[in-house]
Amino acid sequence: MSALFVLIGISLIVASGFLVAFLWAMRKGQYDDDYTPSVRILFENEVVTKNEINNK
Amino acid sequence: MEFKEYKIDESQKVACYHCGESCQSEIVHFDEKEFCCDGCKTVYDLLKENSMCRYYNLNENPGITLGKVINSGKYDYLDNENISSKLVRFSDENQVHITFFIPKIHCSSCIWLLENLHRLNPGIVSSNVNFLRKEATMIFDPKLVKLSEVATLMAHIGYEPLINLNDLEEKTEKKTNKNQVLKIGLAGFCFGNIMMLSFPEYFAFGNFHEQKNLSHFFGYLNLFLSLPVFFYSASEFFVSAWRSIRYRYLNIDAPIALAILVTFSRSIYEILSQTGAGYMDSMSGIVFFMLLGRYFQTRTYETLSFERDYKSYFPVGVTVKKENGKEVNIPVSELKKGDRILIRNNELIPSDSILMSIQSHIDYSFITGESAPVKKVAGELIYAGGKQLDGAVELEVINPTSQSYLTQLWNQDQAEATISAHQTFVDKINKYFTIVVLATSVISGVFWLMNDSSKALNALTAVLIVACPCGLLLTTTFANGNILRVLGRNKFYLKNAGVIDQLAKTDTVIFDKTGTITHGSTVEFVGPKLSEDELNMITSLAAQSSHPLSRKIYDQFSTNKKFHVSEFEELLGKGIRGIVAGKYVILGSEFLVTGNERAKDNLSTKVFLMIDGEVIGFFNFKNAYRPGLNQLVKSLRKDFDLKLISGDNDAEKENLETIFGEKSTLLFNQKPDEKMQFVQNLRDSNHQVMMIGDGLNDAGALRQSNIGIAVSDDTNNFSPACDAILDGSSFDKIPAFIQLAKSGKKVIIATFVISLIYNIVGLAFAVQGILSPVVAAILMPASSISIVLLTTVSTSVIARFKRL
Repeated sequence: MSALFVLIGISLIVASGFLVAFLWAMRKGQYDDDYTPSVRILFENEVVTKNEINNK
Repeated sequence: MEFKEYKIDESQKVACYHCGESCQSEIVHFDEKEFCCDGCKTVYDLLKENSMCRYYNLNENPGITLGKVINSGKYDYLDNENISSKLVRFSDENQVHITFFIPKIHCSSCIWLLENLHRLNPGIVSSNVNFLRKEATMIFDPKLVKLSEVATLMAHIGYEPLINLNDLEEKTEKKTNKNQVLKIGLAGFCFGNIMMLSFPEYFAFGNFHEQKNLSHFFGYLNLFLSLPVFFYSASEFFVSAWRSIRYRYLNIDAPIALAILVTFSRSIYEILSQTGAGYMDSMSGIVFFMLLGRYFQTRTYETLSFERDYKSYFPVGVTVKKENGKEVNIPVSELKKGDRILIRNNELIPSDSILMSIQSHIDYSFITGESAPVKKVAGELIYAGGKQLDGAVELEVINPTSQSYLTQLWNQDQAEATISAHQTFVDKINKYFTIVVLATSVISGVFWLMNDSSKALNALTAVLIVACPCGLLLTTTFANGNILRVLGRNKFYLKNAGVIDQLAKTDTVIFDKTGTITHGSTVEFVGPKLSEDELNMITSLAAQSSHPLSRKIYDQFSTNKKFHVSEFEELLGKGIRGIVAGKYVILGSEFLVTGNERAKDNLSTKVFLMIDGEVIGFFNFKNAYRPGLNQLVKSLRKDFDLKLISGDNDAEKENLETIFGEKSTLLFNQKPDEKMQFVQNLRDSNHQVMMIGDGLNDAGALRQSNIGIAVSDDTNNFSPACDAILDGSSFDKIPAFIQLAKSGKKVIIATFVISLIYNIVGLAFAVQGILSPVVAAILMPASSISIVLLTTVSTSVIARFKRL
């Protein structure tokens, strides 16, 4: 039965790990804007066009 | 007289490659693409030059028509040290950080373009868009580019930043929202874990009670986990309860705080004395659900502002002409009496002043409700708030902005506005509820004290735990939250949930006219049918003038064909004339054209037409009513007192009487303070007044009414302080909105009755002193979850039923 103490202790530690992750994300402002990054990720990095500018 | 013939056939219309608007008067061909105006073409050209055409690939016609020409020097005031220091967030020699509010942001192309601004101007280091807030945070190098140049660049490509006096005075970060989410997250986390650790106790798997050690271990863990819930997440209940007690007023948070406190202390006692498992799961559960409900209900619209005052209406900077002829930009707040200011086309006049230029036309529609522009000549007094319509004019300031007629009116409003403590439905029920609960707990406590004193404290606390009015709070927050969401989806944005209560109680509806029930204006020609050539002649002539009426005629009737106009002459305040296609055409006032002196008292606006000495007829300028007005009035008339109160003249009285019917009151030529007084009188005679207006002239009345709704065709534009903002396109849904609010109230009552039943069942156990944690643990989530589901589902179903 004493295994239960250990297991529950571990499960709580794991759970608090996620809680800390949540708090961290919150403080870093990841919940401030939940739309723009989803659009931004679809923009390609246009290395080619930058060269074009340089060629001008 | 038929209109349709003059309108361009829809199928022939060409959509502008840049902004997507149909090209009306002229089509600019460039690079095998069509543009509606030179402005759009220029933007395209600029983007193409920098190989940024991806802008057009992401979305079709993503651009924004520039509409008005950006005056050079419009943003010069941003280089004034005083102004810029208040706007920028951070600055040093190499970097300046600033956040602009850009209402025009609307699609992914906008994000892309704004985040690639560094390619248009190397001085810009980087930019970051927050789409939902419509904000762009820019970092630029002050050695390479000035703040005014950044703003001008954005305005040139169609993304005009909105900067107003309010930005200068306060920079409040919205931190509360973040804390709220933190509290909910933490409460949810603890609730889940406590629940899990409590399961063995309830179901007594195997012979759990014999495993005393394990049971105590779980108890201490629960205690530990409930600490953050009690001290952090639930703190707002205690703060608000304490505040209400101090003001000798009982709000809903007071009994809730009491219940939380009692539950927590009794659980601590039970766990530490090892006499029981405590009710930590119930406590953290109700805290979690109640916080969730509150969050749901108070989610605000980030880009909307309900508390605007004159400061957000006026521009930030103004150009002042010094005695030596130099033009300097200063903040509006520094304007002094005697300053000479330069106001360009379409700019607002920031303070009461005397016109120094020969003449100008001022659009006062937002201030007074008058629809036609007012002509002013040199030496006349111009009140602050009007919009200058033709060209640039010079003015001499006679009152600083803060003391102008308009701002004083506004301040007076604020002083007189009574802070009516809206007694909401919840507050009313809560009062009785709390008294009954306290009485029950005391009676059962006393009863057990006399019969079995060991059970007295137990019964007393149990009653308080079970009778927590969290059910009541949950019903209202979730029902209101869902109604707010439905209304928001229909472009009706409420300031807070209390407005729903007011909406349901409304019995009188007052409309403003200009801008509220009217929407733009149409021109109609009264007289014989004009041939196409004649129309082209008229529009060619009108195109020569920048007078608002000429523009209107031109906009409505112009086709692609143009005639050459010679000997054009503009007679100030009278009309225009010229020789078009060999004919002498005059457009002007009745006096100019027919010689009849009736123009002065003529109420509707007319422009007469004369070709080769013959009076043909006149153009009649009529306000166009919003679509669905007839239907709206018809359905409202049955249940509400309707009134119309307008700052405009009574030219449309007959028309409006037929729409509104005989019973409704129609008032015209009402000044802003008269409107306010009218609303006040209605309220004094115990009416629940809903005022629907749009302009600054309604600001007082909106504030004075029980519920003030500002109608706006672009919700990002300025709207006066109000309780709710309604998008013009949803104007005809007002009856459905009121019905939804009324049904919402019924839903709240029905679910509240259900939650009462749960409470009574729990009480039955509690008064007997046999409330076990198991019963509490089953009752609590069952009641909370069923209430949450019932309210959200039923309000959604009702909304669908009402086609919202």
